[in-house]
Amino acid sequence: METPRLQETVAELARRAGIHQWDLGAASSNDRSVQVDRGEAKQLKAAQRRSITVRVWNEANRIGITSTSDLSEAGLARALEGAKAASAFGNQDETPAFSPLATAPLAPLEHPLHPPIGILKLLASLKEAEADLLGRHPAIATVPYNGLAERSSERIYLNSAGACREQKLTTASIYLYARAEETGRKPRSSGAVRLAYGADSLDMAACIEEAAERTIAHLDYGPIPTGRYTCVFSPEAFLDLIGAFSSLFNARAVLDGVSLSSRDSLGQSLAVPFLSIHDNGLHPGNIGASRFDGEGTPTRSLSLVEGGVLSHFLHSEATARAFGVEPTGHAGMGAKASVGPNWFEVGPSPESGGGAGGLDRFLASRNGGQGLVVIDSLSALHAGVKASQGSFSLPFDGWWIRDGEQRSIEAATVAGDIRTVLQTLLGFEGEAKITPDGLCPWVWVEGLAVTGDA
Amino acid sequence: MTLSTLNPAAPFHDEGWIRRLEPLLAAGKAAGADLVEVFLERTDHLGVLAEQDTITSVSPAFGMGAGLRVFRAGRDGFVSTNDLGESALHAALDEALAMLELRRNGAAGPGSFEGLASLRDFGAAKQPWLECCPDLSEATARLLQGTHQLERHGSHLQARRGSYARNWQEVLVVASDGTHARDIRLHQTVGFSVLAADGDHRASLGRRYGTTDNPDDLRHWDLESSAIDLCASAATMLYADYVQAGQFPVVLANRFGGVIFHEACGHLLETTQVERGTTPFADKVGEFIAHPSVTAIDEGLSNGAFGSLAMDDEGMEPQRSVLIENGVLKRFLSDRAGELRTGHQRTGSGRRQSHSFAAASRMRNTYIAAGPHSPDDLIASIDQGLYCKSMGGGSVGPTGQFNFAVEEGFLIENGQLTRPVKGATLIGEAKEVMPRISMCANDLELAAGFCGSVSGSINVTVGQPHIKVDAITVGGR
Repeated sequence: METPRLQETVAELARRAGIHQWDLGAASSNDRSVQVDRGEAKQLKAAQRRSITVRVWNEANRIGITSTSDLSEAGLARALEGAKAASAFGNQDETPAFSPLATAPLAPLEHPLHPPIGILKLLASLKEAEADLLGRHPAIATVPYNGLAERSSERIYLNSAGACREQKLTTASIYLYARAEETGRKPRSSGAVRLAYGADSLDMAACIEEAAERTIAHLDYGPIPTGRYTCVFSPEAFLDLIGAFSSLFNARAVLDGVSLSSRDSLGQSLAVPFLSIHDNGLHPGNIGASRFDGEGTPTRSLSLVEGGVLSHFLHSEATARAFGVEPTGHAGMGAKASVGPNWFEVGPSPESGGGAGGLDRFLASRNGGQGLVVIDSLSALHAGVKASQGSFSLPFDGWWIRDGEQRSIEAATVAGDIRTVLQTLLGFEGEAKITPDGLCPWVWVEGLAVTGDA
Repeated sequence: MTLSTLNPAAPFHDEGWIRRLEPLLAAGKAAGADLVEVFLERTDHLGVLAEQDTITSVSPAFGMGAGLRVFRAGRDGFVSTNDLGESALHAALDEALAMLELRRNGAAGPGSFEGLASLRDFGAAKQPWLECCPDLSEATARLLQGTHQLERHGSHLQARRGSYARNWQEVLVVASDGTHARDIRLHQTVGFSVLAADGDHRASLGRRYGTTDNPDDLRHWDLESSAIDLCASAATMLYADYVQAGQFPVVLANRFGGVIFHEACGHLLETTQVERGTTPFADKVGEFIAHPSVTAIDEGLSNGAFGSLAMDDEGMEPQRSVLIENGVLKRFLSDRAGELRTGHQRTGSGRRQSHSFAAASRMRNTYIAAGPHSPDDLIASIDQGLYCKSMGGGSVGPTGQFNFAVEEGFLIENGQLTRPVKGATLIGEAKEVMPRISMCANDLELAAGFCGSVSGSINVTVGQPHIKVDAITVGGR
């Protein structure tokens, strides 16, 4: 997309349509991806996408919006007309405005742009990776879910007051989920994912190693009795849980009455006094970070929980105005702008001691009792999380550790209440790990309900 | 290359599209492709959200695009683009050919492409549908009536929401085997959700309804009965205890209870799963895979049902496929690639969310057939168990393990429904649970839903009568 030309075209079309205030978000991308099946190409895909969302304000200061993938002049004119028509139904009680930070300086990001390697090289790399993984254990017969992809993309935010944001980005990803089966036993599956700025810099070896290790570790499985267990969440699993309940930190959800938090929750204890949660979209580990949100507000680091106390909410322009604070760079673009997290950093609050020290799941499991449950990955968060109730009941893959020995759990669910989880953290194990969703160490939680079929 | 002057906005039954697409198909065949398929799409969407007594979001959208797929020796390359211009489509073809290490070599080879068949136009009578749907004024007014009904019939409601989505889609499918078909689809959904709160007690519930090809859907929606139903459930669940975990017999209600078959078995009967080697049923055709009381069907024909379609996304008319008959596996759901790679005949089940996905074998209206019992018979047969009146979503993993959430549950004690319970998740494995569906009632009903999988999110119907599962793991506290 040529930003100056887009800006001129939309400004002229808006003028012709009698629209005096507008903004827009545009995106385009080129994707290439491959999948393989036992040494053969399964599917090769390429996609070219582009889209634009325009918002217009009418004379009564009501807002309307329309989105389209038709970026021709006729398409843009139709989008502006559609947004103008929709503005008659805008919410007069809450009209978004331009972000006061839409022209503020953006923080620098070290995101090198990588040229694409092309689909045939992607295919060759993935075939090699699959063959390597299949060779790691005789029980690994297939890698039914796999993919290697590269993407180049561009985002633009413009408004009629002169704001102009642009960002170009390249990313690449690989995922390998293997299926292993031993005679007379049930099939088991696990895998790994890696992201990078280009396919040539993906850590394929680490992805293969992790996928193999995880899959093999689930081969020896058994049932677990239903009961209450100390659970050790992997960084990925704990970040999934925090993400599913991010309405706790979401000012939009607070204003809508669907968050467990309220305006009065700021400054109150939400968790154990050693917990820190930040949202930091600018962390170097956040591959694909955006420098600005859907309203043009710069991305920045924001403390959400410090010392167990709820410290800030995530905001759009409209929610920030309602709370009397600045927008935080977490908005989408809409007639009612959505609000969402960027990338979490979870760990101990500085100088808090970080809860129980020296946690080691294998050592702890030698102390007798019923052992510990390691939750490696959670499933079905879309169905098993009731964010506005605080409850969850989720299937998981993991291990039961007793007497220093770990065994994969055949099938089980873990259930609880997020507020209780946050108040019953025991501490952290190991160094924080960078994942696609954030940074987090292993997290110990006391007394969660685990349902097994023993 | 000579470019035609066809406007990309021209309707897909315009003959100019034949002149634009035939050379594309011929060039692909001449380059050595076994088959070239082009899917063109134009969309018009409207979404409206009402919260409490205010319209808080109106979000129109429109778009277009093409998905171009080339097959050669069992492999395929797929390219999608938002640009329907002639040069963009040819560039997409070149890219798809290159994926399979093919290159166009000029003129079409002899007999390689014999032209498109006459247009099968399933959309001809549907041309005025978009204009027949409620406009913004009518849609917003109806939704506000709806949230008012929630206020009227609910108690302790902290949040009330009503939503409406209208998706109009015009599609054209052409392929080098002569396939030439057009359709217009209209899907509409309406829904309510509420959050009830009283002190520490909270209950959030929702209901969604959907139809296909019914422009009057929103006008005819019985707002009051939907509101009464949802508010009654919210009032019941607000003070419900969490379910105790364990292995129990369960009775799953009709309508959306059918998600159990969808997740536990339906996905495993798609040829995409056969191709991946992730279904335990791949070599079980003709064998018992379920209790003899179970007959299961997938079809795209039920009038107005959310998963119905006049043609699939590969231009084939849908069939009624008996998947399981009296417990015996009869067949799989197949698309073009599935037939090519697994040998299972196409069933008109090639579906995709949009032009940016290649079609895959997917479910349409999928349900367990009615049985001889009354729902009360099923409940009366259980001493200690769980009645699942309303289901949330679910999923199935690569080893056939499935799960789904129970939104509204009741304990069964001594053959009677007693206390409401919440927080239940049912988990199991398809191979183990299907033989345990031991009783089917006589009250089959369908319910609309969305299914996300390899070719994106599509409209489907799930359904069943009340069924009894002899034992299943119930996750709880």
